[in-house]
Amino acid sequence: MAKRTLYDKIWDDHYVTTRDDGSDLMYVDRHLVHEVTSPQAFEGLRQNNLKPRRVSSILATPDHNVPTTSRDINLDGIKDPISKLQVITLDENCNEFGITQFKLDDSRQGIVHVIGPEQGLTLPGMTIVCGDSHTSTHGAFGSLAMGIGTSEVEHVLATQCLVTKKQKNMLININGVIEDGVTAKDITMFIIGKIGTAGGTGHVIEYGGEVIRALSMEGRMTLCNMAIEAGARAGMVAPDEKTFAYVKDRPLAPKGELFDDAVEYWKSLPSDEGAKFDEIFNFKSEDILPQVTWGTSPEMVGSIEDTIPHSSDKNIISALNYMGLKPGTMIKDIELDQIFIGSCTNSRIEDLRVASEILKNNKISKRIKRAIVVPGSGLVKKQAEAEGLDEIFIEAGFEWRDAGCSMCLGMNPDQLNELERCASTSNRNFEGRQGYKGRTHLVSPAMAALASLEGRFSDIRDL
Amino acid sequence: MAKISNKFSGKIVCLDKANVDTDQIIPKQFLKSIKKTGLGPFLFDSWRYEDEGYLGKDSSKRTLKDDFVLNNKAFSEANVLVAKENFGCGSSREHAVWALKDFGITTIIAASFGDIFFNNCFKNGILAIQISKKNLDIIFSNQSEIKPIEILVDLVNQKIFDEKLFEENFEIESYRKKCLIEGLDEIGYSLKYEKEISKYEQKLRKERSWVIND
Repeated sequence: MAKRTLYDKIWDDHYVTTRDDGSDLMYVDRHLVHEVTSPQAFEGLRQNNLKPRRVSSILATPDHNVPTTSRDINLDGIKDPISKLQVITLDENCNEFGITQFKLDDSRQGIVHVIGPEQGLTLPGMTIVCGDSHTSTHGAFGSLAMGIGTSEVEHVLATQCLVTKKQKNMLININGVIEDGVTAKDITMFIIGKIGTAGGTGHVIEYGGEVIRALSMEGRMTLCNMAIEAGARAGMVAPDEKTFAYVKDRPLAPKGELFDDAVEYWKSLPSDEGAKFDEIFNFKSEDILPQVTWGTSPEMVGSIEDTIPHSSDKNIISALNYMGLKPGTMIKDIELDQIFIGSCTNSRIEDLRVASEILKNNKISKRIKRAIVVPGSGLVKKQAEAEGLDEIFIEAGFEWRDAGCSMCLGMNPDQLNELERCASTSNRNFEGRQGYKGRTHLVSPAMAALASLEGRFSDIRDL
Repeated sequence: MAKISNKFSGKIVCLDKANVDTDQIIPKQFLKSIKKTGLGPFLFDSWRYEDEGYLGKDSSKRTLKDDFVLNNKAFSEANVLVAKENFGCGSSREHAVWALKDFGITTIIAASFGDIFFNNCFKNGILAIQISKKNLDIIFSNQSEIKPIEILVDLVNQKIFDEKLFEENFEIESYRKKCLIEGLDEIGYSLKYEKEISKYEQKLRKERSWVIND
């Protein structure tokens, strides 16, 4: 039999048929739904007298457009009537079609890409879609997970299939051991710096090598989360014993014999030795240092030891102008106004543990106008509180918020003010992303925590 | 979906930037809308206006930025947007395509596109064409405020050309072409394969029953 990659295997097992126009229908196992990219899809179903084909495949939650304060008063805590209508619309659509929803007042509510894995909804070998580009996160389990547009959301609801064509295989290998203080976030940002934001376009990326195998499941989620920032709709890591142990006993994971059957199948998924990849990159672990972005695209990134580059590239000049930075400035000399720890990239319990360890018995710098930490789900928040992490954050000067996407995309009231500069654990440093004229520097939770104490970037390895 | 003509001409406007992300095409605050329509006035909101926009704001009264190409009167009739590498990267928000469409853009030509955005274009009847760097450079260097370039698109023969400047054959997946030309209802089309989907589901229940959680 032909040697196949992890992606080839999942593709083969989800291929339904080829339409007579030449496109393929790929079966979708799980569909995550949130309030921002679904209303027009549900409206489309209604207009065409259609219903979701397999309701049990869907889990919905409001996350993008919800406040991270005043949650005790539920919907009344949403001050903006337009935002409120969007959250209510999700409620109504879920009620009408019988879709399970973790509502705003449910302790299981949170960022879709945090709650999927947390609940055991995300399993290896599955196809998972969501109207959100960071769906690539779930690839950490060895699933094929990708972001889709609203028309596709409607199509998946109605048919349980995605119209698609097979993409190319890319392998990114990193062997060796990474230095203490260097995290999955630094690895994924380093890769984007190397291959560029279009480097993975048209491909599914498989991450492999000793460094990747050594990452925790949460680290692998951070890694795959930013595959889309490298242009790839999906990133994945082959499932292993770590994956199976993480999944076992989660509320929605299979139990007993079903679980054993599943594990047996999952073990067959890793890429065959000698399987063909269309493109292969090998990076050295020792080249990966703590990363900080300095521009308005995730590929405009360097290490903490770097200076802002001199360049005649129009895009870089325009980015530096927006960021208020000059070529030659040391990254360590960049002073900050705000700190954001959260987002589907870095809001899980391990992220909060790492950050709180650095903040323990310390206070944030007087320079910092605001520092907020937004747990990825209500359950992450509970766990952190059980471990006393909330007290460490609050004592250090952070605001301890409720779960949601928050300042990663600034749809809710959590935003930067004009020209404010933020060290953020999120995934995009686009213009205006965190607030009109706001300036974003992407970093790991450890680097963000340290920056909050110093008021500027410093090297986590010196700690 | 509305059909698009097999052959049509369009007036070009060039946006000289690489990696234009969907956050720029339509900023976050407009994603609160539960409709597909009415986003045209907020297309490229932060680049187009001196102030920050919001849903419901009357854009006709806002101050335009002089240096943004879409605000140049010479291109007021433009319906073909030409951009550089990786246009539409980032967020999956289909609102970006809805805004372009509502603004009047029917075709986007670029060196390359973000994957999700590219897909979203065709779902809404917008033709996205990837062309060679050589011809892209020709278009950019001949952009004129006096006489905007008029381009001809022959979708059936997959050809794009200007009478004097260049001619190029472009690639388009057969299914995307068929959808555009016939104005197909994509969901109705897929539902013709209901039997195949049901057969797949039966097999799935047998072989990987742990996937089906109902």
